[in-house]
Amino acid sequence: MNLPFQTPVNDPVNVSRRGFIAGAGVGALVLGFGVPMGAARAQGAAAKVVPGTRVPAFLAIRPDNTILFQSPFAEGGQGVWTAMAQIVGEELDADPASFTVENAPPGPDYQVVFGQMRITGGSFSVRSSYATMRKLGATARAMLVQAAAQKMGVPAGELTTQPGRVIHKASGKAMTYGELAPAALDMPAPANVALKDPKDFRWIGKRQARLDVRAKSTGKAQFSIDMKVDGMLHAAVQHAPRLGQTVGKIRNEAEVKAMKGVHSVHVLPGAVAVVAERFWHARRAVEAAQVDWAEATGETYRPMPADFSTEAFAQYLANYQGKEEVAETAGDMAAGFAGAASTVSATYHSQFVNHAQLEPPSALARYNADGTLDMWFPNQAPEMFLAEIAKASGLAPDKIHIHSPLLGGFFGRHFIYPHGTPWPQALELAKRVGRPVKLIWTREEEFLRDPLRPMAAVRFRGALDAKGMPIAIEAISVTEGPTEGIADKRAAKLDDAALEGLTGKKYALPAKRIAQVFVKSPTTLAYWRSVGNSMNDFFYETFLDEMADKGGQDPYALRLKLLEGNVRLTNLIKAAVDLSGGWKAGPFTAPDGSKRARGIAMASPFGTETAAIAEVSIADGQIKVHDVWQAIDPGSIVNPAIIEAQVNSAVALGLSEVLIEEAVYKDGLRAARNFDGYPILTPDRMPRVHVRIVESGAPMGGIGEPGLPAVPPAVANAVSRLVGKRLRKMPLAGFA
Amino acid sequence: MIELTINGQKRRVDAESDTPLLWVLRDDLGMTGTKYGCGVAQCGACSVLVDGSVMRSCVTPVEAVAGRKVTTIEAMEKDAVGAKVVEAWVKHQVPQCGYCQSGQVMAATSLLKQNAKPTDADVEAAMVNLCRCGTYNAIKAAVRDVAGLEAKA
Ligand code: FES
Ligand code: FES
Repeated sequence: MNLPFQTPVNDPVNVSRRGFIAGAGVGALVLGFGVPMGAARAQGAAAKVVPGTRVPAFLAIRPDNTILFQSPFAEGGQGVWTAMAQIVGEELDADPASFTVENAPPGPDYQVVFGQMRITGGSFSVRSSYATMRKLGATARAMLVQAAAQKMGVPAGELTTQPGRVIHKASGKAMTYGELAPAALDMPAPANVALKDPKDFRWIGKRQARLDVRAKSTGKAQFSIDMKVDGMLHAAVQHAPRLGQTVGKIRNEAEVKAMKGVHSVHVLPGAVAVVAERFWHARRAVEAAQVDWAEATGETYRPMPADFSTEAFAQYLANYQGKEEVAETAGDMAAGFAGAASTVSATYHSQFVNHAQLEPPSALARYNADGTLDMWFPNQAPEMFLAEIAKASGLAPDKIHIHSPLLGGFFGRHFIYPHGTPWPQALELAKRVGRPVKLIWTREEEFLRDPLRPMAAVRFRGALDAKGMPIAIEAISVTEGPTEGIADKRAAKLDDAALEGLTGKKYALPAKRIAQVFVKSPTTLAYWRSVGNSMNDFFYETFLDEMADKGGQDPYALRLKLLEGNVRLTNLIKAAVDLSGGWKAGPFTAPDGSKRARGIAMASPFGTETAAIAEVSIADGQIKVHDVWQAIDPGSIVNPAIIEAQVNSAVALGLSEVLIEEAVYKDGLRAARNFDGYPILTPDRMPRVHVRIVESGAPMGGIGEPGLPAVPPAVANAVSRLVGKRLRKMPLAGFA
Repeated sequence: MIELTINGQKRRVDAESDTPLLWVLRDDLGMTGTKYGCGVAQCGACSVLVDGSVMRSCVTPVEAVAGRKVTTIEAMEKDAVGAKVVEAWVKHQVPQCGYCQSGQVMAATSLLKQNAKPTDADVEAAMVNLCRCGTYNAIKAAVRDVAGLEAKA
């Protein structure tokens, strides 16, 4: 993913370390480092904060030696809170298991993604902040050692640490971090601290247990939808069936108002809302509302046409001839095709897909008597939402408190999407009723307004030489990228997220030309786990197999040849093949008598390299994926157990995409608005997943998304081989 | 007023008889461990036990459980079978986002209460809740562990 956002950075802060303590929201519990950036911000002064450097903004060490860490990143299942505890704990010399992690409030200290922004996305978290977080831990350790030197009256150079304690070997004296924390606050943060030699790592690179697992296994984990404050009312909405429509009239408004539990009925932009004492009452009433919807007039954001159908749109994309904007080119295409022994061309399709995170979006808004505003809602970028909420509410940013609870899945769902999130409605309703309001979007309203992963048609041409080797490839993707779609305007340069996965392929083909033909999508668009790679590697890697077929080449042998001289990727694809017990494409007959085949594919998403192999059969007219073997090379790693879990997770989502999912529109309306009509991968369709982690030592790549992109093409290639015909569209169809 | 027995305690709630149990638990009783995912019996996030059997509380009218024993995720650590399931969930590091996991633990507990030695087929038939994070393999491994089925590659 590219960096689509300019982060609004809050007013710089400069407060004394004592200021942190005085304003500490964590108060009496914390005698050590304190955190309260919200309170600190209110005292706003002028020095420039270097993100990720001020220990007190991140760490509070309590008297009992447990540690409270303010995370710049949201936890939504990807394990980043545990990874942060491992990284900081490693250099601090504190057991990650002693950490409690929270999502930090907005503040300049937390703009640690490449030192300039704060998002939880793009698989950026660990790789972009790894060095910063190590240094933070080492700095805190140095401050504790200095404090101990003073207390013990010995030179700091004679002190060492063991997890959670500073030790003076000569005298046998020891003090815990919890004892030292208050004094450590007054120590100057050293400008330079030495980091550990990775060979001495105690926790980084190890299978550290996740910090959030027990709370999530006992119902104690709290998500946005679970938030509750005194005096709170509940709200539900009914959206216009098509975006852009407005409320003409609620025909039965009097009856709706009279329904049990209803507090009030509200007309909002493009929606009707009911506020009630109970969510169930709000929902029942709002669904009873009979609304005459008026057509959009004037400028509105991406109004949905009344005749839009995804089936017709796919054909339109496939046939549309427009300006080809080249993203990547190499070699002499004309010569490649002129000298070709054979050529192959084909058009491929992807579909719109929903995020379908299991927690439906919600937002809780509370205006306070002192003129401040509190908001709780799922988000992947608190500062960006703060700026939006300041605009919407007219309040200064320092009057707004953003709370970012655990995410019940995200996959790109919780960025800023116009008309795609409930917080503006909750804010407006709270203002109107003068009480806190929690608004939940039902699954039906969520599927109606969830912005979608883009759809594309890709026209390929390939040229092969007399030996059957590919010598030129052209891919023209007719699509709209998510970044330009969300902004609803094109930027000066191409949207990287539209073509990534068609671009950035590592195979040595003498000539290539990768281009976009822009066609605006009538739907709203979004980032979806692995973004452009989620479909573009499917396109490229399946067409590559199509070229292999044409040239009479084995798909694995062909890839090896195209990777000649690339040690990292040659090792990686061999690792995947080795993990699978040796390459066999098939079709072959399995011990259970079923006819099976295997497919292979690679991807280079988010700084990580992957190779996947899938084994499939067809039973009862359905594709069965038996095994997926994936080798993943993120350069270097923090937690192998989390990587394995993330690859499992990405395999599930990739399979769901390639086998099942499709957001369908007919006559401008969503054909399905719940899981009954929009099924996702069920447990019985989950294959065995085998993971091999390869640490090549290359710069660290991402983990949350990279496990996905190679999966759909590996499956499609396997099925195509099994049935003897190329499948060119997700979800796969026409194989029976 | 409807009288309910939730996790062994008598509770009286002022809800209409057709209110789904899910919303009575979450809004009237403040027990938010039971989750809303779809509202139409598709996902299983709202699973609870009624007289020991798993039910989807989003489509269970509260009147239907009057006089019956409702058990929710909040009581699992104090339940003999539930506690084993929770420990297996921790051991196998099952949850990712965690949103579906209350329901998954309830489904597993229901299975193991009724059948302490389920076969693989029993496990597959019982563990049908959706998980968007794709924790299905970890769930299966955890349930098999409690059931004493041998670990599989
Ligand atoms: S919320 Fe009850 S099954 Fe989904
Ligand atoms: S753990 Fe996220 S939905 Fe199951």
